[in-house]
Order: sequence, then structure tokens, then C-alpha cells
Amino acid sequence: MSSTTNSPTHHTSTIGAIGAPSRRNTELALLIFAVAIPVFAYANVGLAIDNRVPSGLLSYGLGLGLLAGVAHLVVRKFAPYADPLLLPLATLLNGLGLVVIWRLDQSKLLQAIGQAGDKAPNQLMYTAMGIALFVVALIFLKDHRVLQRYTYISMVAALVLLLLPLVPGLGLPVYGAKIWIHVGSFSIQPGEFAKIVLAVFFAGYLMVKRDALALASRRFMGLYLPRGRDLGPILVVWVISILILVFETDLGTSLLFFGMFVIMLYVATERTSWIVFGLLMSAVGAVGVASFEPHVHQRVQAWLNPMNEYKLSRSGAPGMHSEQLQQALWAFGSGGTLGSGLGQGHSDLIRFAANSDFILATFGEELGLAGIMAILLIYGLIVERGVRTALAARDPFGKLLAIGLSGAFALQVFVVSGGVMGLIPLTGMTMPFLAYGGSSVIANWALIGVLIRISDTARRPAPAPASNPDAEMTQVVRP
Amino acid sequence: MSELTLTVMRLGFLAVLWLFVIVAVQVIRSDLFGTRVTQRGARRDAGRPQQAARQAAPPQQRGQQAGGRQRRNAPTKLVVTEGTLTGTTVALQGQTITLGRAHDSTIVLDDDYASSRHARIYPDRDGQWIVEDLGSTNGTYLDRSRLTTPTPIPLGAPIRIGKTVIELRK
Repeated sequence: MSSTTNSPTHHTSTIGAIGAPSRRNTELALLIFAVAIPVFAYANVGLAIDNRVPSGLLSYGLGLGLLAGVAHLVVRKFAPYADPLLLPLATLLNGLGLVVIWRLDQSKLLQAIGQAGDKAPNQLMYTAMGIALFVVALIFLKDHRVLQRYTYISMVAALVLLLLPLVPGLGLPVYGAKIWIHVGSFSIQPGEFAKIVLAVFFAGYLMVKRDALALASRRFMGLYLPRGRDLGPILVVWVISILILVFETDLGTSLLFFGMFVIMLYVATERTSWIVFGLLMSAVGAVGVASFEPHVHQRVQAWLNPMNEYKLSRSGAPGMHSEQLQQALWAFGSGGTLGSGLGQGHSDLIRFAANSDFILATFGEELGLAGIMAILLIYGLIVERGVRTALAARDPFGKLLAIGLSGAFALQVFVVSGGVMGLIPLTGMTMPFLAYGGSSVIANWALIGVLIRISDTARRPAPAPASNPDAEMTQVVRP
Repeated sequence: MSELTLTVMRLGFLAVLWLFVIVAVQVIRSDLFGTRVTQRGARRDAGRPQQAARQAAPPQQRGQQAGGRQRRNAPTKLVVTEGTLTGTTVALQGQTITLGRAHDSTIVLDDDYASSRHARIYPDRDGQWIVEDLGSTNGTYLDRSRLTTPTPIPLGAPIRIGKTVIELRK
């Protein structure tokens, strides 16, 4: 205790190492909870709409439980030290999304315009495919550092994925935004997969270049100004994201692409100036494109004046006018603090895309502010676990990859929820896990799989040091 | 279905959803592992029996490892006497202590003059504590001499790493 008496002004503390527990049982308990909540919600919807517990309750609960169980067993076997929260949080969001999609399937209004009816079974199938990809990622990706080898291949792959919707015959504009490709009867949103591949490229690239980007700089007015030639990469990425905005007319993909790069650049170099540059460049780009590109301009107008847009749409004015945003805002408003209760809202009045882009409005109306806050917190927790994984990761590539993936996830949640709530112009992206759509669910399960792989590596206790043969006890052999 | 049941289910569902969030946050809280920092001083009396028990145990263990030979004057703790971590103690329990800027070090040095894996302190077979420089840029100093080989640490001798000084005490 002499240290305490010697220096009373300093803090005194004892540090002892604690081994990392594997926490798989915690994950299992949380997972059971995360499956039980959607089952409760399912029963609640059935009781509210049909006055009886829905007949599909057992099969639905078993389906979700089985998928979650498989995922848990694979994590237990192949990533025993992984973060215990990522899987349950993703499962809960996916389950809640399934319930609300099923709830919108019951709407006569949506059935009449072919927007609902059989979406929930499809979504369950997509979930199964997503979990399958998650399992494959965990089994075949033994070490995330393998991805480092494919830095430039991922760059090419990401560019191809991003440009696919522009190929004539393959890409098809869906209500203005060209972010879909059609293969046979399937339609895929390649941007969802591109974000994972891009994170791999940015991580591999920045890991090599970060010293040049961080150290060679001049200080000017409290900011570190990078050298002109080091601005190259950020300019290239900026130009590509502007091109996406111009040719695919989708603000979301563009923002996601550029925002992820700026986040990773900041994390790699610790220079605030990159964030300042990034914000300036995206503001300039967005304003510039919004004034020239009609589709983007129309989205911005709808964002600034949703009520006006609603009136134009109702009065049948020429041009593309959408009443969705105003409908969504009304849905949020009528939900109030505690919501109208599952199955008792009227968010199906949004009609088009009520179960995909605008699914958050249904949550807002039926669960209210309290429910939306909980859901956004669950998203926040996923991002927090991703950032935590990045902090704990020992290799710079893993750090950057984890930050990139969780940053992209966070940006996507922000862009979609901000768009639906009228904070920023609406985009064509979907809420991860909640919204109806195969690409989104599958890609986000893969993203969670990669994060779980990195967190397993990061949290795995260091192997015991190899015993030194010289230090072994010498045996004396006597005759 | 009666209005009342639906209201109860509505509020119950929100409660369950929030309960999940709270449980998840609790899991995060219990998940903060790495190094356990026990603050003393404010509740020194409460902490003392535990501390005594912890410090009493190791010499026996070490004694057994060293073939029953009990060392006198064996240090029981490592104390940081200068630098930003002044006042920090680490109980010596036969484990290797790593020092450096790397965040997985036992003592994480926030010091521009320290390397990420700067030095380590470990017991040899006899329970004698040894300090070894791990190829650091600015060197590790025992008293006034720069370390070139693993060196036994006398009780109370200052080990200097950048601006941080540590010593072993009984």
C-alpha cells in the first residue's frame, strides 16, 4: 500500500489480466429471447386482425428458431470466441421484419395492387438463404486476413457490381433509380453486395497507404492539409460516387459508397481534415447533381415539400409525384408515443413499397416512438459491436474491415430511416434485415458473418507461449 | 378480441422489446474484459482482505513451481512511480507482464517514447523476476544502464521506459 500513501494525489489502481470467456451460452439465451419476441409479435398481429392466434404461428416460430439455431451451432463450432450479441440482434431484427411483412400481407389494400399477399414466405426463404451464406462465410473464411490477398480483385468486383445496373438489358430502372438488375425472374440489387466487397478493397488499400496519407501533410488553420497527390484516391472515389448519382440516380448508393470511404480514411489516418474534405465534397456533389439531374431534383423537391407533392400526386398532375413520403410522415405521426398496436395501424395506405423502403413507417405507426427508438437502438448496438470488434482486432486490416462494414451498415440505416422520416431526401435503399427484399437480407447476413469472423479472431485469447526446451528440467541419470 | 387485451399486448410488446435492449446492454457491460482495474483508495478497507488474500497466494504457487524453494524478499507487486500511470500497481502472480503502447499489453503506456511492444517482465524458474527489452526503439533502462540482455530485477530498482518508471516492491 506504500504507493497509496506516497502519492495520494494520483489515482491508485490494480491491474490484473482476465481471460476472455467464450460467451456462447449468453448468445444462446439472447437468441432464444430474440426468437420469442417475434413469435409474440406474430400472435399479437393475428389476434388484432383476425381475433385468433394465426395458424402459421408454430411453423413460423419453428422456422425462425431453426435458422437461428443452425447459425448458433455454426458459430459455436467455427467461431467460438465471437461476439455474443451480433447474431441475436440480427435475428431479432430479421424476425420483426418477417412479422411486419406478414402483417402487411394481410392488408386487402396492398393485396389489391399486388404489393402483398405472399411476401412473408418469400422473405423467410431469403432469410434461409442469408443464413446459408452466413454459415458458408464462417466455415470457409477461416481467417479474415485471407481477404487481404484479394484487395484489387475486390476493387474490380465492386466496380462491376456497381456498374451492372447500367448494362443495357440487364439493369432496369425501377421507379427512377437504376439500382436493380434482372436475371431471369430474379431481380437483384448489386449495391448491397458491393458494400461488403468495397469494404475489403478499402481496408486492403488504406492499410498499405495510410502512412503516406497520414504523415505527409502541412498544418494550416488547425487542419492537416494532405498533399495534392495524396488527394488522388479520395478524388477518384468522389468522381465514381458522383457518376453513380448521375447515371443510377440513386443518392443512397452514392452516399454509402463515398461515406464508407471517408469513414475508413479517417480511421486509417486519424486526420480530421479528411472528414472536412469529405463533407465538403459530398455537399458540393449532391447540390450540383440535384440541380441538374431531374430524378434527383424531384426527390429533393419531394423531401422539401412532401405535402405539396402529395397534393400534386392526388390531383393527377403530370410528372412523377409520390405521395409516399407524406403518407409515411402521417403514419409516424398517428403512431404517437406508444403506437397503435401491431396490426392496428393504417400504414398500408402508403401502398407502393410499404413493406420494403417504407417498412419503418409501419413500425413507427404500430409501435410508436418507443418502438422505433428500441429498433434504432438495436441497430446502434450492432454498429457498436462492429466498432468494438474493430477496437479489439489486432491486425490493421481487420480493424479497417470491421470499421468499414459497421460504418456502411450505420450509414445505410441512417440513409433509409432519415429518408423515410424526412430528414434527408429519400433513396432507393432498404432497411437492413427489416425490409422485404432478397439482396438486402442475404448481403447483410453475409456482413454479419464477416464481422463475427473478425470478432472471433479479435477476442480469441492469445495462444500460450511455446515452452522453451532449454528451460526444461534436466534429468540426471545415475548408473 | 377485447380492447383491453390488445392494449395490454401492445404495451407488453414494447416492454419486452425494451427489456431485450436492456439485457443486450447488460451483456455488453459484462463483456468488457481485458484488464481488470480495481480502484482503491476510496474503499480501501473493503478491498484490503481480498487484496491480502490475492497477494498471499502467489508466493506459495511460485514456491511449488521452483521445487519447494521459497524465496525470501520475493516482490509481490509492480508499482508505477513516474509517468502518467503513477500509482498503478500490478500484483505479481507468476504471469508475464508486458509493457508497451499496444492495447493488449498488461500495462498500456501512453508515451511517445515507448514502443508498441516495449519490454516484458517475467519470472524465471527460480521465481526471480527478469526484465527483457523487446527490441524497443528508445530502450529500457534499469537504474542508469540500458538493457541489452534479460536482466534480473533487484527489489526497488527503477526501470525506466520513456517517461514511465516502474519498480518491484514487496
